[in-house]
Amino acid sequence: MKPGAVISEPGSTVRNRTGGWRVFRPVFDMKRCIDCGNCWIFCPECCVSRSEEGEYSANLDYCKGCGICANECPTEAISMELEEK
Amino acid sequence: MREMLHGSKAVAKAVKLCDVDVVAAYPITPQTPIVEYIAQMVADGELRAEYIMVESEHTAMSACIGASATGARTFTATSSQGLAYMHEVLWIASGMRLPIVMVNANRALSAPINIWNDQSDSMAERDSGWVQIYVETNQEALDSVIQAYRIAEDREVLLPVMVCMDGFVLTHTMEPVDVPPKEEVDRFLPPFEPEVKLDPEEPVTMGALGEPQWYMEFRKQQDVAMERALHKVKEVDAEFSRVFGRGYGVLEEYGDDDAEVVLLTLGSLAGTIKDVVDGQENVRLVRLRLFRPLPEEDIAEALRGASVVGVLEKDIALGLGEGALCTEVKKLCYDYGIDARVLSFVCGLGGRDVRMEDVEHAIQVCRQAARGEKVNRTTWLGLREVAP
Repeated sequence: MKPGAVISEPGSTVRNRTGGWRVFRPVFDMKRCIDCGNCWIFCPECCVSRSEEGEYSANLDYCKGCGICANECPTEAISMELEEK
Repeated sequence: MREMLHGSKAVAKAVKLCDVDVVAAYPITPQTPIVEYIAQMVADGELRAEYIMVESEHTAMSACIGASATGARTFTATSSQGLAYMHEVLWIASGMRLPIVMVNANRALSAPINIWNDQSDSMAERDSGWVQIYVETNQEALDSVIQAYRIAEDREVLLPVMVCMDGFVLTHTMEPVDVPPKEEVDRFLPPFEPEVKLDPEEPVTMGALGEPQWYMEFRKQQDVAMERALHKVKEVDAEFSRVFGRGYGVLEEYGDDDAEVVLLTLGSLAGTIKDVVDGQENVRLVRLRLFRPLPEEDIAEALRGASVVGVLEKDIALGLGEGALCTEVKKLCYDYGIDARVLSFVCGLGGRDVRMEDVEHAIQVCRQAARGEKVNRTTWLGLREVAP
């Protein structure tokens, strides 16, 4: 344990999977998507990604379900759906 | 070289001798001329440092934290309301274990608005994880800044150090000060080489999230570092004394060796008390220099033979009805089995002059207590009689 709460291994934060905090999950309707990239830009967790085919998805290991992507989507292609176990 | 120096200038000269890399400061009241002198030195090219003029004391300390984290030797100075405004960030500096050195010119807190001397400001920061040294003279202020970097930067310690000097009484008063040669200071104080620092080549995160399963361990580390600091303060002072011929210890005793009455104080008030003690018998002064970590064993030893201990201090712990140091002395008397009556003498608040008559009155009260007469546990010295 280094004094001063020093973390000397860069990127080790990814081990903390914050997806477990989520109540609502973003569901992408690609038929409505116009590929503007707003969800990708605005996601505060940087967990929205775009595939080579232009399909958007959120990495659910880290998505906290904040809903910013859904709020920013101009075509309402993203809906927030309650997580059900 | 011996020079006539204001306390503020003596501190600025110490900062220059220590080759400080970054100075961040907020220049408006209640700041002292310390940072003005340093600004001039940087502008004149006498001190090769980055001088950051910030918009608040909160930012001054934040800038020092950032700079220190990159491995820069860092300094700032503040006072009263300014220190209070830093409160939140003081804990970050100590928690991140950054060896920042700060001079606090002890001044009263508002309200009522008052920029004169007392020690309420730094007393309020006693649990913030900073080493606190209280000096009696301008010479000691200069010497303590140099010592402070050695203590703070030691890898066994890594704690920020606050050098507390009485506002106006020292900061704005001239005294002869021996300014040591630069080469000697360079030999005594090698450049700061941190084990961990912010470096793009080797990225680290400092002061990261400490969840409940780890937070306590970090606090324990700080507590252990404080224990080590106690030894380091003594060690560094002893070495300083060998090199420069001046040493201070963690406390100073003055007067009768086997006195029944012992007075305890912090800072420049010791000068007045010494003059009074010179004219009296059976009384000894203990001037405490190191307040954090509290050198309990040394204080216990210094209180030997006392039947009454009078603690004269320029602060009042509201709601406790006595000075903060007094409470701590009572606590250590309990721990060390010292059977002495400990009395609080609150004095000098908001720049009220503490006269020799006030000290004589305190001694008189202590003697009454020693004779078994009934006395109040707290006496406010020099207090005007007004209706509450």
